[in-house]
Amino acid sequence: MNKQGFFGNWGGSYIPEILNRTFERLREEYDRARNDPAFWQDYTNLMSTYSCRPTPLTFAENLTNHFGGAKIYIKREDLNHTGAHKANNVMGQGLLVKRMGKKRVIAETGAGQHGMATATMAAKFGFECTIYMGEVDVLRQRPNVFWMEKMGAEVVPVKDGNRTLKDAINEAFRDWVSHVDSTHYVFGTACGPAPFPEMVSWFQSIIGREATEQILAMHGRPPARVYGCVGGGSNAMGIFQGFLGNEETELVGVEAGGRGLDSGLHAARLSGTDASPGVAQGYKTMFLQNDDGQMLETHSVAAGLDYVGVSPILADLWERKKVRFESATDGEVIEALDLTMKLEGIIPALESAHGFVQAFKEAGDLSSDDAIIINQSGRGDKDIFTIADAFDDPSWKEFIIERAEQYKTNS
Amino acid sequence: MSLEKILRDRKNNKKILLMTHIVLGYPSFEVNREVIAGMVENGVDCIEMQIPFSEPMADGPVILKANQDSLALGTSVEQCLEFGREMAEQYDIPFLYMTYYNIVYKYGEKAFFEASAAAGIKGLIIPDLPPEMSPDFFGYAKEYRIAPILIFTPTSTDERMAALNNHGSGFIYCVARRGVTGAQSEFDDGFSRYLKRCRKATGLPLAVGFGIRDRKDIEALIGKADMAVIGSETIRLVDSKGARAVGPYLADLLATN
Repeated sequence: MNKQGFFGNWGGSYIPEILNRTFERLREEYDRARNDPAFWQDYTNLMSTYSCRPTPLTFAENLTNHFGGAKIYIKREDLNHTGAHKANNVMGQGLLVKRMGKKRVIAETGAGQHGMATATMAAKFGFECTIYMGEVDVLRQRPNVFWMEKMGAEVVPVKDGNRTLKDAINEAFRDWVSHVDSTHYVFGTACGPAPFPEMVSWFQSIIGREATEQILAMHGRPPARVYGCVGGGSNAMGIFQGFLGNEETELVGVEAGGRGLDSGLHAARLSGTDASPGVAQGYKTMFLQNDDGQMLETHSVAAGLDYVGVSPILADLWERKKVRFESATDGEVIEALDLTMKLEGIIPALESAHGFVQAFKEAGDLSSDDAIIINQSGRGDKDIFTIADAFDDPSWKEFIIERAEQYKTNS
Repeated sequence: MSLEKILRDRKNNKKILLMTHIVLGYPSFEVNREVIAGMVENGVDCIEMQIPFSEPMADGPVILKANQDSLALGTSVEQCLEFGREMAEQYDIPFLYMTYYNIVYKYGEKAFFEASAAAGIKGLIIPDLPPEMSPDFFGYAKEYRIAPILIFTPTSTDERMAALNNHGSGFIYCVARRGVTGAQSEFDDGFSRYLKRCRKATGLPLAVGFGIRDRKDIEALIGKADMAVIGSETIRLVDSKGARAVGPYLADLLATN
């Protein structure tokens, strides 16, 4: 990151003037934390006692045999407390908030995992907490909403725009400009104005640091490829940082192909041809937008990937050809999820399953001496309603109908 | 003539100037025409025309909704530029564009300045473009003689105000409070101290906006600021009572002037 917060041509800090001082203070506090070895020590202690770090690297033997190529390893971010890599970033920012002396946190959330992690952190550290969530996402991630509220957070459904992640981000910014003095905005992914892309990636780099050691211990050398799904890009940045600059390892980011790249209903910024450079939500990156610069509607079965922009750091790595970008369709995702559950007894989140799709497409082409790592960014049980719908599961439907009848009779 | 000079000339025989705001294409360009006619007739000194953007992060609910409704009706940047040209030609007051940086960036900064200059536009307000993010933008502003309007806020330090002053021209937009457009502001002692700091930091005229609604608010600004800005309030008025209500409302606002 240069002085103005750019990574090559991407990033920066395009913020309303009212936030200038707040960002200055945040940058100062972040720089201090980064230069203080005790901070990282506190952070890893917290993550190993409150969350489940280091998370295991699982050898997926049955999937490996099934595809008959590279050895497939899965980095288990789903085993973090609250069920996703989001906890890494949130706990790190929580420690920063304590240092800054602020008492209230706000966050946007798409899939609900970041909101869930923020609500958890707020409960633990004693902060007030408000979560902004698009109305569409509130409906598709109801269990997460339930837990956020139970942990004392206020969940505000956002009814503007497409009512998804980007609209929740806009609304969180509106809250922040009104409450700059008391409030920290816990940005959930490696996007937004500097220093968020770098700071979030720094907290997430714990994934890559662990994975580098784990794969050496288990496989004896670095992996041939590493796969991560890319919405905003924080889990991918997290694991990629362990292998960047390593010539032996190819990094593969997998975006939401939705109903197909030709359908217009997707969130493929770097793997498709529909995105173009733009500036929104405080940073410059490749956005899905029309010729006038108005953001387009995006689609994915996975709420956490359904976003118009992408990390400026990934845009830079894409431009410099350090990371290859692919996409997976909604249908492929459900198939990969099904196979992983049946063969390994592991339930990846719909977001994470995008990485599995691409790994499955390529595993057979590699030699059995090679290893690949898939970053399982989160667990899939939060998606129970969406997955049940995708499988059109009859016994689940029956259960829901019966339960609804019961509620009706009792009320 | 430069925007600053025009405003200073107008200020010679008034206690305070008034700038108003509209969102282009909301509820329609036809209504925009009617509203602007009412504004000019009733003595408005300057009008900012917002080119709608899908992600207006600094705007509150009223202007946010106006942006989204305008876009839903199909408003294009090209239509906005054409409409701006028509207004600047028809009326003898300065017109400004207000929009977010992506609209300018996507159009091409140079091309946007060229089009704005051709339309007779006197200034640009881009709330999400701090000067350090695009030296090009400020270069074109000089080249095309369009004033880049910079923003002071209650959280701006004296050093920051001084730095902003080096890049701005036309006038400085002083945001009255923390927050987004459209909520009520308190014009108390803290506010007066803030305006004094603004005055000290710049020789440019001071415009004060965010939360100004009635004659009392405007009177409180006389002697402290050069121009008052009415934003969301006229949109609320057009929404609830129609375009014709704007004229009488503004006449009442400026009754003491």
